[in-house]
Amino acid sequence: MKFRFDMVQKLLPFLSLISLFLFLSIASPHFLTAVNLSSVVRQTAVINIMALGMTLVIVSGGIDLSVGAILAFSGTIGTMCIVSGWGIGGGILAGLMCGLAWGLANGVLTTSIKIPPFIVTLGTLGIARGLTLIISDGLPVVGLPREFSFLGEGTFLGVPFVLLVLLFCAVLTYLTLHATKLGRYTYAIGSNKEAAIYAGIPVAKYTVAVYAISGMLTGIASMIEASRLMTGQPTAGQGYELLVIAAVVIGGGSLTGGEGSVVGTLIGAFIMGLLANGSDLLGINPYLQQAIIGTVIIAAVALDGARKRRFSA
Amino acid sequence: MLLELDSIQKHFGGVTALEYGTMRVDAGEVHALVGENGAGKSTLMKIVSGMIEHDRGVMRWRNKEVKFHRPADAHAIGVAMVHQESLLVPHLTVAENIFLGREPMQGPFVDQRRIVLEASALIEEHHFPLDPESRVDKLSPAKKQLIEICRALHSASSLIIFDEPTSSLSESETNEVFNIVKALSARGIGIIYITHRLDELQGLADRITILRDGRTVHTDVLANVDTEQIVHHMVGREISHIYTRQSLNPGRELLKVDLPNVHFSVRAGEIVGVAGLMGAGRTELCQTIFGITPVEKGSIEIAGEIVQIKSPRDAVNAGIALITEDRQKTGLALELPLKVNVTLANTDAVCKLGFLQNDMENEVAEYSRKRLQIRTATIEQTAGRLSGGNQQKIVIAKWLFRNAQLLLFDEPTRGIDVGAKAEVFSLMDELAKEGKGIVMVSSELPELLQVADRILVMRDGKIAAELPRKTTQQEVMHHAVVER
Repeated sequence: MKFRFDMVQKLLPFLSLISLFLFLSIASPHFLTAVNLSSVVRQTAVINIMALGMTLVIVSGGIDLSVGAILAFSGTIGTMCIVSGWGIGGGILAGLMCGLAWGLANGVLTTSIKIPPFIVTLGTLGIARGLTLIISDGLPVVGLPREFSFLGEGTFLGVPFVLLVLLFCAVLTYLTLHATKLGRYTYAIGSNKEAAIYAGIPVAKYTVAVYAISGMLTGIASMIEASRLMTGQPTAGQGYELLVIAAVVIGGGSLTGGEGSVVGTLIGAFIMGLLANGSDLLGINPYLQQAIIGTVIIAAVALDGARKRRFSA
Repeated sequence: MLLELDSIQKHFGGVTALEYGTMRVDAGEVHALVGENGAGKSTLMKIVSGMIEHDRGVMRWRNKEVKFHRPADAHAIGVAMVHQESLLVPHLTVAENIFLGREPMQGPFVDQRRIVLEASALIEEHHFPLDPESRVDKLSPAKKQLIEICRALHSASSLIIFDEPTSSLSESETNEVFNIVKALSARGIGIIYITHRLDELQGLADRITILRDGRTVHTDVLANVDTEQIVHHMVGREISHIYTRQSLNPGRELLKVDLPNVHFSVRAGEIVGVAGLMGAGRTELCQTIFGITPVEKGSIEIAGEIVQIKSPRDAVNAGIALITEDRQKTGLALELPLKVNVTLANTDAVCKLGFLQNDMENEVAEYSRKRLQIRTATIEQTAGRLSGGNQQKIVIAKWLFRNAQLLLFDEPTRGIDVGAKAEVFSLMDELAKEGKGIVMVSSELPELLQVADRILVMRDGKIAAELPRKTTQQEVMHHAVVER
């Protein structure tokens, strides 16, 4: 009996997603159409990919507030590279490397100077955002080649290309977190950092790796965002860090570390995507949408907390 | 009668933690409550102190039925508990913790001066080695325990529950606790005294209640039962309560420590005991060897070679393991399953090309579970839900899988029950037979004398004496306390 109840609560995010999906299918005739669903996928892909990285960070007991700013920085630099003749591939690679570099910076700063990640990434948020505005003069990067839109808007065998990118990233992150030593240590560090140190685990190295992966995934997301907007926006990604953290938390991630999963995060991100899309379709005031998402976050964490209290002790 | 518990039951989900909890405590009585870990002592006491509610059964306070919904209910009626695990606020001072939740006020402000003054008076009255104005987070587990006692004393209750108050204390502090307990009962306060140290009950407790598997199996006047009988009721099976170990001929030198004032070596097959009072530097010695506080002057040799140990990682790579005195804080990832904890120090061995091999890991975990007799249904069980003894076994299993050659045990039997203690000792014996070197730090002198081949006595950060196996408790204490 205990086991079954536990399972139901664990499945709660998934069940919520299904219910939400069914509700919207009935409530709006425009919801269950290929056009609308692929637009949901495209809209959520960016948050989704960033949330994958954030899952690793949160499982390790850390937090990354700088992902929105990294998104803007990487997207701006990546598109500038394309415009200045590096080619689309070169530009995408540049964007990816920018993300990786910022992730490394976050990881190295937290581990070497031993500043809490909340503070470090609050700092790099400001630095990355400021540098982006300086480099771009505050103006969007325009003049991107038409083909660049394929990344964000194209389809491959009838499937939105971003969905394939997302699945690819999700599978890799899943394997990393659940099947590799890196993932194992990520959970261990998040669950009990002291015990991890005492077990001889090179905690600093693995912490840096976690932030680096998160940064790189944000780099990928930045180029998708740029491709969808067909500009490099220095102001892109404002407030994304909160959406990304929310996706992880709705999916069962614990901000004290040691808990969280890739599947949970994907579900969390899609719940938020459907809430936004459904509100649009049903004509709900966009200001109210924010309040709804806020309520969902609190409800998700409250239910998860209730589950843990019930089964501890 | 002060407190009567009649057929108390408590379930967590589908797990029965307590099936038949029955005991009576009179005013002015010291009532011992014993049982193996997981027998239900803590659950029963959490019910009495209002931390959890019971499902069935009746609790009576001065012959009136009561049910506590929150700790404040118990507190209001005069029940206080001295917790085994520290429930203190690390960033506040000793005095602030003693008064936490009942701060004296001066208008809208906390009367900080009075807090310090009253705390100082309380600490002085009992000769505790505490500074009322120092922060709690830097203090040792023993000192935190003393603060817990001060908290209970200050609330001047009708019933005080002591949950293994002496498990982290030195001999002199232990005696002080006994004096406190006696003084309190003389004042008419009822005491429930939980302990694993049966020898300390003599001359302290009036009556005893024994729990086994969630049931009260025996209640009697203490004088009517001897230790053998108590152990028999606790475990429900015969165990040899005195552990005897055959010394071996030690092999090659595994560890040689040359630090200012600390010179000793450990050979393969040897168990070297380290005795001393709290603060004598025993834990610090372990931490130095393990690279937590690296060597400043002097050297450490492993298997004949000088090694630079700058971090726990260096120590682990050199084949050293540290089983700390606080396994929840430094030994285990409590939210993670048994199998993950067992392989944590040697994850490479269950990985191929960086990918975890589930079947290999499961095999390792199953093997460890059987070899160390870790009592759990599955290797997927999260470590935090197991009893202290089983948790300790997981920590040991972790280091065995890492194939550590030199094992430093810091208070290995702290907070674990009689049965598990014997198992830990025979495991240490086995390891010695396999040629590993063992350092055992313990405040339990009888245990040290039974298990160790020779005993180093520490005092003020120095090794004050090295005694042979056949020494006496008096001799050890003498060196621990007195300058020669």
